[in-house]
Amino acid sequence: MLKNKTTLGFLSVAIFVILLVHVLVDQGILNSFWYTILRIGAVMTIVSLGLNLIYGINGQFSLGQWGFYAIGAYAAADVTYRWSQLHSASGLVILLLVLLFVGGFYLIIGRVLSKIRGLDSLSAFAIYLAGTILAAILAIALGKILIDPVTAMLTYLPANIAMQLVFLLAILLAGILAAEVSYLLGLPVLTLGSDYFGIATLGFTIIVKVLLDNSDTLLGFAEMKGARGMVGIPKLSSWLWVASFVLIIVVLTRNLLQSSHGRAIISVREDEIAAKAMGIDIASQKTITFVIGSLFAGLAGGLYAHVNGFLHPNTFNFIKSFDPMIIIVFGGLGSITGTVVASFTWALVLEGFLRLFLPEGFETWRFVVYPLLLLIMMLLRPQGLFGTYEFPFLQQILPPALKLKANNMHTTEAETASSNSNESTSSTGGAS
Amino acid sequence: MSKRILVIVSILVLASLVLAACQPAATEAPAVEEPAAEEPAAEEPAAEEPAAEEPAGTLKIAILAPLSGSVPTFGVSTRDGALLAIKEWNEKGGVLGMQIETVVEDSQCEADPSVNAANKVIDQDGVKFIIGEVCSKASIPISEIAQEKGIVQISPTSTNETVTLKADGSTKEYVFRACFIDPFQGKVGAKFALDNLGAKNAFILFDQGNDYVRGLAEAFEATFTDNGGTVVGKETYTVQDTDFSAILAKVSEANPDVVYLPDYYNIINLVTAQAKEKGITAPFMGGDGWDSADLDRAASDGGYYTNHYSDQDTRQIVQDWVSNYEAEYGAVPDALATLAYDAANLLIAAIEEAGEADPAKVKDSLAAISWEGVSGTITYDEFHNPIKAAVILQVKDGEIVYVATVAP
Amino acid sequence: MEITSPSFGQRIIQGRWIGKIALVLVSLLTIWWVGNKAAQSPSLFYQQIVNGLQLGFVYALIALGYTMVYGIVKLINFAHGDVFMVGAFVSYYAVSKFSLHVWPSTIFPNISPIISVVLGTITVAILSMVICALLAIVIERIAYKPLRNAPRISALITAIGVSFFLEYFGALDFVFTPNFITYKRPFQISIWYLKDGFHKLESGTAAPDGSIIFSNILIIIILASLLLVLGLNFIVMRTKIGKAMRASSYDKPTARLMGINVDGVISITFAIGAALAGAAGILYATAYPQVFFWMGITPGLKAFIAAVLGGIGSIPGAFVGALIMGQAEVLSAGYISTPMRDAIAFAILILVLLVKPTGLYGEPEREKA
Repeated sequence: MLKNKTTLGFLSVAIFVILLVHVLVDQGILNSFWYTILRIGAVMTIVSLGLNLIYGINGQFSLGQWGFYAIGAYAAADVTYRWSQLHSASGLVILLLVLLFVGGFYLIIGRVLSKIRGLDSLSAFAIYLAGTILAAILAIALGKILIDPVTAMLTYLPANIAMQLVFLLAILLAGILAAEVSYLLGLPVLTLGSDYFGIATLGFTIIVKVLLDNSDTLLGFAEMKGARGMVGIPKLSSWLWVASFVLIIVVLTRNLLQSSHGRAIISVREDEIAAKAMGIDIASQKTITFVIGSLFAGLAGGLYAHVNGFLHPNTFNFIKSFDPMIIIVFGGLGSITGTVVASFTWALVLEGFLRLFLPEGFETWRFVVYPLLLLIMMLLRPQGLFGTYEFPFLQQILPPALKLKANNMHTTEAETASSNSNESTSSTGGAS
Repeated sequence: MSKRILVIVSILVLASLVLAACQPAATEAPAVEEPAAEEPAAEEPAAEEPAAEEPAGTLKIAILAPLSGSVPTFGVSTRDGALLAIKEWNEKGGVLGMQIETVVEDSQCEADPSVNAANKVIDQDGVKFIIGEVCSKASIPISEIAQEKGIVQISPTSTNETVTLKADGSTKEYVFRACFIDPFQGKVGAKFALDNLGAKNAFILFDQGNDYVRGLAEAFEATFTDNGGTVVGKETYTVQDTDFSAILAKVSEANPDVVYLPDYYNIINLVTAQAKEKGITAPFMGGDGWDSADLDRAASDGGYYTNHYSDQDTRQIVQDWVSNYEAEYGAVPDALATLAYDAANLLIAAIEEAGEADPAKVKDSLAAISWEGVSGTITYDEFHNPIKAAVILQVKDGEIVYVATVAP
Repeated sequence: MEITSPSFGQRIIQGRWIGKIALVLVSLLTIWWVGNKAAQSPSLFYQQIVNGLQLGFVYALIALGYTMVYGIVKLINFAHGDVFMVGAFVSYYAVSKFSLHVWPSTIFPNISPIISVVLGTITVAILSMVICALLAIVIERIAYKPLRNAPRISALITAIGVSFFLEYFGALDFVFTPNFITYKRPFQISIWYLKDGFHKLESGTAAPDGSIIFSNILIIIILASLLLVLGLNFIVMRTKIGKAMRASSYDKPTARLMGINVDGVISITFAIGAALAGAAGILYATAYPQVFFWMGITPGLKAFIAAVLGGIGSIPGAFVGALIMGQAEVLSAGYISTPMRDAIAFAILILVLLVKPTGLYGEPEREKA
């Protein structure tokens, strides 16, 4: 009963806030300055929630989030660009098929390889990589045939709806692309120790940025224009779109964490050896979290691309890749509430208030003040703004620090609640 | 319970789908077809509050420049150049009887901060005229906002063609620039190398991550090869590089007659200094990015570059500009300051000509303007690119020497 | 379990052969590609190696700072690259504004010019090393020490904050200015080329084809780096404070019990690392004569990769890693693809980590940090 109330309460408040902002923007009370910042804040929320899952909850020190964000942004932008400017569904069809083929291939190969014991990650990676290339070539060949019929089908729809549909699909595909890339990358890289993993993923971010700098020459996507910046992307990421994605992702994350999967993920952070002893497959838990986190980054990238309608590889350079890391530490590692609040605060303070409140002649001081704020914040509250606090709805049923006293009373209720609420995300809700 | 969440979420998604589907129709329509003066009116309520406070006789102009980030020195030059022009107008009594008030905002030469900076000056400060940004990657998103909201933007130095062009290839009515676009300087440089330097073989070095440099390099290559020259090698670097030994070793190996390096002076200083150490004697050539008091004249000795003006030019406006700038800031103006000065003057002259500080009118008078600036007499072509002559300068024994003027 | 000899398939899997073969194929292909191109002009290849050496030795000095700090406090000190920048600026001001490098000849007019230059340059170097060391101690006290018992990530974030602060504060007009400043070398550069023996190259003339060109800067960089590294090795291995450092690195609580002032040791470690960065700042600015507030980022990142490549925490590892980085960068720019050179450097890093998960000289991780 109690759970239902908090759920309803949470959702109604969230939806109310989202609609309120929408109305305020619609009425012109929030001008486009704040409107843009809010949307960027929402996008950062999604990226950071992904990283929070990977680092805050699973304990994998990843600096690759920004690379997946970049991949998502460019992939989604390419799809909608081709539709809106070239009136062709080529981007959509080919990306969809490639993702289907590669994804299907991963499933099959995963089945086969799981039967082989003791296969090392590098070998697995080599097999997967070869398979990915094969599947992609097949998919592109097939896709070329399907482009025209799909384009024709989509043109039957009213232009507006078709555009929105392509946009939604583009974002979802961008997320899935990021997820598949992260799966491939994660295979070998997740075996590294924490700091080495961080550095390898940082390397990934930098490699992605360099590739994007040369996207028109080396990668062969003329419309991405490499370092000249991609123009002509429709500006479709309205507040409602972005905010709905935030809400969905918050709910998804919460449900994931309350499932048995979620507890397994947390246990990996707390103590790998103990988790292993409990029969948890550490490697697969790490991979799943990494993939889901990257999926979020890809979605966020897709949304970001359609906020300003302009993409430049410099947006994805490694210095900015620390932004989501700063946000999740600032909000409190592992706290969903903290991440959401910190993302918006970060965007509002850095781009909004600092621009408004720094006196004239001190425009250059914005980034002098920002690190100082960061320093003071970290020194005052090293555990982050919210520590491990969560809104009631988002609370994990087994919080990281076991509440022994309350344990007896709550386990039964919690377990039934979790097994009910997680039908969609996991099969069983039994405690380990 | 989970079903309930699912239902609510799916309703939400559906609702947002529907709402979002309607929304662009509402916001996009005026941007595309309707006279753009309508659009800011719709956005006005927010802008009104600060706008109401300002005294009647002032005109606000925003300067958006990268004051922090990777190239703040360009931003400072740009800001100083534009501020000097505005100061001069104010001393003359302002424009249309109004004093000009400036709003300076830091746009960091990056897409996101520049969008926020532009939105801030437009929506919070109620500015209708923007001078800026320096970098094309920041000017492009600003230009889209300017076009959408009917704000006149003039970029002093953004060379990328898409700054003034919409995705469909038509001109953004509200967006102008004060600099050459890439192809012109590259063409002039290539012709000069072939005809005056008698170069047969050229080596091109360019920053793959900088659209300005890339544009010049591509135009140079095309003209050079079309007119019988050979490009014996092309190498790229990135703006973070400081060690150019690997690519210079290749230059030395190819032994060209001329090396084309159309980057900003910071890279020129590094490359030419290292080239001297690698025994490369071929002259370097470049574009207006070379023009700076900070150019290392010892290292770049013997190099040629195309520019907007020569400070040896005897025209009064040039002499005034150089001396006034030196008096104000104690430094020799570089190309960025010069172009910002010209951009500010062009904009204000256009406002005066329009007779009213209404962006819709100013944009027309700016498009039709013929105005003598430091960088020559400027008129605009249909794509809002200025038509003006280029000069070729040489670095010789620590001096910058005028070599030739090339008309478009 | 059957007790039979493993089948062919099992052997492949247990021996990790698929991955190994793939890796070997990739490396062979690269080597073949580079070798093929290098063979077309051996002198260009040697020239590239020489260029890579110069880069590698400067990286080594920066990398040592990363590795030392990491070895003791397990902190990736992102502000290190900016301390390097400050070092370069200090030497710039000392040389250009205060002409510190000519003090010997001003005070002792009769001194031989060579000794004067050497003494002057060393003074400048020591000055910027000392200032960098002091700066690092201040940073450590303000930003890292209060967080010693907080989660490791908090200190990492403050490190990023300090780095941003040094960059953006340095870019202000009254600090280092946002300009790109041409660096004035404290000594004259002279260029040599190697072809049938050493010859001095007169400025403004081209070296004959097929010669290998280098300058006195290269020699100074190599000598100075070797000297500093040997000095560091002496401090760490032979002195009391070095022993204390090693003890603190191994086990802080026990070291404290043994009467070691761990906080002091940490401060000294930061100071020594920063002093090396300051020295690297001068050498780097001498080799690539330009200073500006942003200059620490790229060399800092590259050196950091080098430290990781060699096994972060290990001093010889940092050195070897830096030399590899220098060569990898120059050779990939020279023979594979200039636009991709940073990507290639990182690809090498990732590949090395896959084979040796803790870097070339790294110790296997004892526990999850």
